[in-house]
Amino acid sequence: MNAQAASQDVIKEPSMLKQKAMIAANFDKLTSANETGQKIAATYVPGNLNELIMCFDMGNNLPEINAINNGMRKKSGAMITEAEKQGHSEDVCTYVKADIGNMSRGAIAPNGKPMPVPDLLLLSYTGCFTFMKWFELLRDQYGCETTMLHVPYEGDGKITQNMRDYVVKQLKEDVIPALEKVSGVKFDIDRLREYLRKSAAAEDNLVWVLESAKNKPSPIDAYFGGVYYIGPIFTAFRGTDDAVEYYKLLRTEIEARLAAGKGPITPEGELTEEKYRLVVEGPPNWTSFRDFWKMFYDEGAVVVASTYTKVGGVYDQGFRHDPDHPLESLADYCLGCYTNRNLPGRVDLIEKYMKEYQADGFLVNSIKSCNSFSAGQLLIMREIETRTGKPAAFIETDLVDPRYFSAANVKNRLESYFQMIDQKRKGGGSAAAA
Amino acid sequence: MSKTVTEIVDRCQALFEDLNFTSAREWKAAEPGRKVVGYMPVYVPREIIHAGGMLPLGILGGGEALEVIHGDAYYQSYICRIPRSTIELAITKRIDFVDGMLFPSICDVIRNLSGMWKLMFPKVYARYFDVPQNYRDDIGGNYYVEELRELKEGLEEVAGRTITDEDIRRSIAVYNENRRLVQEVYDFRTKQPWKAPSWEVYLLMRAGMVLPVEEHTQLMQDYLAAAEAEDRPMKDNCRIILQGSFCEQPPLNLVKSIELAGCYIVDDDYMLVTRWLLGDCPVDGDPLRNLASKFLHESMETAAKYEPDGTRKGQYLVDAVRDRAAEGVIFAAPSFCDPALLDRPMLANALSRADIPHISFKYAENSGQMQPIREQAGTFADTIKLWS
Ligand code: SF4
Ligand code: SF4
Repeated sequence: MNAQAASQDVIKEPSMLKQKAMIAANFDKLTSANETGQKIAATYVPGNLNELIMCFDMGNNLPEINAINNGMRKKSGAMITEAEKQGHSEDVCTYVKADIGNMSRGAIAPNGKPMPVPDLLLLSYTGCFTFMKWFELLRDQYGCETTMLHVPYEGDGKITQNMRDYVVKQLKEDVIPALEKVSGVKFDIDRLREYLRKSAAAEDNLVWVLESAKNKPSPIDAYFGGVYYIGPIFTAFRGTDDAVEYYKLLRTEIEARLAAGKGPITPEGELTEEKYRLVVEGPPNWTSFRDFWKMFYDEGAVVVASTYTKVGGVYDQGFRHDPDHPLESLADYCLGCYTNRNLPGRVDLIEKYMKEYQADGFLVNSIKSCNSFSAGQLLIMREIETRTGKPAAFIETDLVDPRYFSAANVKNRLESYFQMIDQKRKGGGSAAAA
Repeated sequence: MSKTVTEIVDRCQALFEDLNFTSAREWKAAEPGRKVVGYMPVYVPREIIHAGGMLPLGILGGGEALEVIHGDAYYQSYICRIPRSTIELAITKRIDFVDGMLFPSICDVIRNLSGMWKLMFPKVYARYFDVPQNYRDDIGGNYYVEELRELKEGLEEVAGRTITDEDIRRSIAVYNENRRLVQEVYDFRTKQPWKAPSWEVYLLMRAGMVLPVEEHTQLMQDYLAAAEAEDRPMKDNCRIILQGSFCEQPPLNLVKSIELAGCYIVDDDYMLVTRWLLGDCPVDGDPLRNLASKFLHESMETAAKYEPDGTRKGQYLVDAVRDRAAEGVIFAAPSFCDPALLDRPMLANALSRADIPHISFKYAENSGQMQPIREQAGTFADTIKLWS
């Protein structure tokens, strides 16, 4: 293996400890809402309006994150079965079923305490049709107050003024009044500006970290490591001092790794030899996340850029939250999230990554649950192969449904893919390993 | 001489089976400069296409007869069948005469197909047609009017001419007439389902996907007259509503099987585009504003639309059961269909609260085995009859 000799107690970097403490504190805050009286909004990662929610002193509970947590703790399988027993189809997104199953089992957070039923479902309908049905389902079951923010899709690959106006108007006339009503707090736009300023500062450092992968060797893994790096900015921390602090720490650490010519940290230590540089499209599998990652670092494969780390905002292409145009910039943020971009736009972005990050290959992890990502990925793969001449491969897993992660199949597929990259380097052909 | 039911239905069946869309090709070839604009389920304002002198052509996948060879290379096994058979139609040049394609906002599969079309067929005008999920005139309405304007401009480029407000008003009137007839056919079937078997009504509405609207209106008039005149025996069937088939279409045999199993289908959600707008759209005033306001305030409920009032979720289905004097609901959704399958538990809850029996199954456009469905529908019919 390429990672340093496995060590059970790999030293945690300060940024990791910081993030862990932030998450724990947030769970404590959420699970004590019934005692503290704090109101809780539930919302999704893409189109997440955390700064706005904070303006009303409300907590932010993200059901996708709960599903991921339960997936990583290997609890999601039973929750999905529970939801299917209640009549939810085996064909639909497993985040939804993990969430519904979780709620009917008491919604126990990682701290062992139950999550409160949200006071408001903030249905930010960005980049995924399922989001709309998901909160309709929760509303049906729990009778929660719901407010909808419809974010139009970038069908022609651009944000038009009409789309922006539509989103801003909904924010002003629907979403903000709903938040005011539930929280009893009056909206203060200057407070929002202040949070957005902090968001932008954190975003600058996040982008620096993601782009550090352009170096050879890359000091980070932009997929398996990347999902930790995006944690705070995609969730309940964007706009907070904690997030600013976290990204400063992270950047300092990565700067040091870069200066020392070090590779990424893996669960088994540092990766010492970078053999393959990959761009990955699609979310990871969470139920076997560690095993999945190991299949890469054991072979010396480093993901240098990924699209999944853009679902909650495509910051590396220049977007920043803008305190001078607060509502407009929230609108542009929602409109620009990765899965809200059209297919040609996604192909262009991936092609850019392949070139700018000097990738050896392109890998699609196609997720059974997610039509938003998955429908069209085979064409994306072909386009990227044609445009870059680099070999591409396709694997199929699921997010939080353990029934759809076949470790042996994935491993075989990856091994033959890495061989293919080797052959290609030696001047061989480039057929897709689909 | 007036036409018989058999003649009308035979014609519709021939149109349905023709995967080369010969009638639309002939329409296009009849005059130089004619253009055809395809659209997928669930709703597009066909009035604007028509106003540009073009033929709106409903593309509902390849059905059971189309062998999908290329399409499977574009889709994973866990994605429904309609996008792959639609790609197949395009790759095999069966729709190579289509000058534009509209992809309505119904789900992420059709949404992404719009981008695939842009990549694969760059010469064809391809547009994702978004509609508001906010139903206030000054919010969703303003947004939608502007979307309609953009659509109109895009269609003007395809047509090679401007589309005036007057053109659109005239087309709205033509489609109002068509909607009235569609409603009459549905009402006729509700009253005398033995005289208008569902597979016939289905084929009649499918004909509306490919024929010029004026011809389709006439065809429905002819059908109503012929079906009324026909002497058909009334059977001891129960009356059900079919739900969830608004996009990928079931094989015709499935529609027939349900009736053979003892269920009259007295309402359905096939081809919602034909009756999306409820009742006439006003022809005076700003036509785009009229289309928008109709969409916001008087249009069909379906899974692709957000229901802002949680207490009303599924109420439209409960109301339909009452209005159509139905005794139960059969949920028949395509496998892997997010909108239909995610909506189903909520609709089922609403039905259960109203004590309306329901069953559900899934299909694909090329499902072969009808026996299990027939048995399930037969048992359902027996149960309903037993308890009614
Ligand atoms: S379908 Fe995809 S984007 Fe939508 S909720 Fe599921 S995983 Fe998320
Ligand atoms: S059948 Fe359902 S999932 Fe498939 S394209 Fe149609 S609406 Fe979308």
